[in-house]
Amino acid sequence: MDTPIKNEKITLSEASLGVIDSGKKANTVSKKTLRRPFRQIRTEKFFKQTLVLMGLIMVILVFGILLTLIVESIPSIRALGLKYLWGKTWDPVQDIYGAFPFLLGTLLTSFLALIISVPFSIAVAIFLGEYFPKGWLSDFLKNTVELIAAVPSVIYGFWGLAVMVPIVRSFETKIGVDPIGVGIFTSSVILAIMIIPYAASLGRSVIQMVPSSLKEGAYALGATRWEVIRDVIIPYTKSGLFAGILLSLGRALGETMAVTMVIGNTSQLPKSIFAPGNTMASVIANEFTEADKAVYLSALIELGLVLFLVTTVINMIGKKVISRFTNE
Amino acid sequence: MKQSLFNIKNSLTALALLATLGLTSCGGGGTSSKTDSTASASGDDNTLIGAGSSFDNPLFSKMFSEYNKMNGLKVNYQSVGSGAGISQLTNKTVDFGASDAPMNAKQDSAASAPVLHIPVTAGAVAISYNLADVKDTLMLTPSVLADIFLGKITKWNDPKIAAVNKGVKLPGTGIVIAHRSDGSGTTNIFTTYLSKVSEEWNTKVGKGSSINWPVGLGGKGTEGVAGLVKQTPGAIGYIELAYAVQNNMAYAKVQNKAGNFIVPTIASVTAAANITIPPDSKVSLTNTDAADGYPISGFSWVLIYQEQKYNDRSADRASKLLKLLSWMIHDGQQYSGPLTYAPLSPAAVAVGDAILKSATFNGKPILQ
Repeated sequence: MDTPIKNEKITLSEASLGVIDSGKKANTVSKKTLRRPFRQIRTEKFFKQTLVLMGLIMVILVFGILLTLIVESIPSIRALGLKYLWGKTWDPVQDIYGAFPFLLGTLLTSFLALIISVPFSIAVAIFLGEYFPKGWLSDFLKNTVELIAAVPSVIYGFWGLAVMVPIVRSFETKIGVDPIGVGIFTSSVILAIMIIPYAASLGRSVIQMVPSSLKEGAYALGATRWEVIRDVIIPYTKSGLFAGILLSLGRALGETMAVTMVIGNTSQLPKSIFAPGNTMASVIANEFTEADKAVYLSALIELGLVLFLVTTVINMIGKKVISRFTNE
Repeated sequence: MKQSLFNIKNSLTALALLATLGLTSCGGGGTSSKTDSTASASGDDNTLIGAGSSFDNPLFSKMFSEYNKMNGLKVNYQSVGSGAGISQLTNKTVDFGASDAPMNAKQDSAASAPVLHIPVTAGAVAISYNLADVKDTLMLTPSVLADIFLGKITKWNDPKIAAVNKGVKLPGTGIVIAHRSDGSGTTNIFTTYLSKVSEEWNTKVGKGSSINWPVGLGGKGTEGVAGLVKQTPGAIGYIELAYAVQNNMAYAKVQNKAGNFIVPTIASVTAAANITIPPDSKVSLTNTDAADGYPISGFSWVLIYQEQKYNDRSADRASKLLKLLSWMIHDGQQYSGPLTYAPLSPAAVAVGDAILKSATFNGKPILQ
């Protein structure tokens, strides 16, 4: 922060030295040039301070949230210790809290959703980025995909309950598992739809940024469109595509409302992907209002802490992968 | 140049540390994080603030708006759930709390002063089911009900169910259990009942507003459970009677302690409450002794501090609160029926009156 002021002092003293050395003419010239820098530097300083403040607020918020989560989880950490992470029973009546079924539920739904959504989002990205970058059809498709992200999640929950659940139920009857309809599979499908736009939008913009000289070079060498996509576009954009996938995974991990409505909300360990389960976010949303014991409340907050850490770890791994892609 | 950079860095870290400390000290006030600090119990004396049970909310809205027409008193009721209502009362941010379960020993010790429980209404939990082909009303005994929710009876044509429902053609579909996924007073009433009638339930599962369900699917809120029941063939779930009636859902007759199969209705719930009620009114109506009472019912209580002088509250505010509550258990009861709440039994009103009279301001009784 002090740097510009010091620079300013230097120019001032230089100016005054100039006065002594080369007389009146130099003095007036330097005065004229100095008047603007003063104001400019003040603006610069103010702008920089604003930026620092804004950035600082973000940092404070994130660490404040983390610290609050840790502090509020202490009663539960004290009472339950590390067993909390792999305990399989969540029993508020007897004050036994094991987060493992929910941890598993969160990871299972999110990664399943990712597996379902990736082919769609990559396909949409290639279609919009390479095949039809312009025109009304592409605009229409682009806006439609982006609209998917704008729909409130509770609407997906409703739609899931009304449309997806009966479809999944008849599907389950056909393949011979318990025809419940709700469960991990249904919520993964809903989540997959919700997260498509994140990877698709980012993928589309990185694909459009592939230098045309590269593509033209490949075409000139006789490559087909598919070969250009496979050997030029995908390798060139893979870190961007992966970043988009990571973004959608982050969305899936934290999604609460839509999942709660279709996952079946049971604390039992899921036996298959068609069984009902629960996720950390939906347990918190469900049980927070009526958590009437201190340890119970604290265990729920610790669930938030675990979710926070899981998201952070996955993000860190993702960053590593992206940087490795870029270095190659 | 280098030094100035260091200055930036140092001041940044100092600021960050300070601010995080500030943030955590705000949030670190123990379990108070979910209470609404904007609600103050000592604001404008013509506005009372209450919080708690969402079950009571429709009835309270009606009662408070009617009372407002007569007396001009405003009541701001936050339907945040029984547990949250109790903790807001404990933190003295509201004039009264409302709960579907009496305060337990832990909650009592958390409150700084004795809390009075005034029964205001009674509700029932209906056992709703989805069996399209069964036209007659299903009958359930306590042991069958407990076995279903324990996951021991898994098919509708189980001999145990058939034995109670003679002549009813039961399908061979599997039973899908629907329960509340969110903490709820309804769950509390239902699990209290199951704990009373089934030793196995009592030791294995227990009672509470959130429990570890041995089997089944969770739906969020009454409408979530009702949705699961309506959608899933062979489903069974427990929901508030009012909701089941308003949505024309099928619900079972349940055998009570006297051996009679009782349909949940306003009358049978009021009848369930017509028993000897202890002076503190903290009684569970589940598994009632009354011969014509529906066994899965319970009171809902308004909670206030016995000593009304706290947090600079005025005598005027305390007397307004007590008058309101007295009106609620007498004239206010006329609004129960149309909203499918059970009016208080005469025994409950008598006990409620006695409790209200025991409330004091600065040691002196408020109601004469």
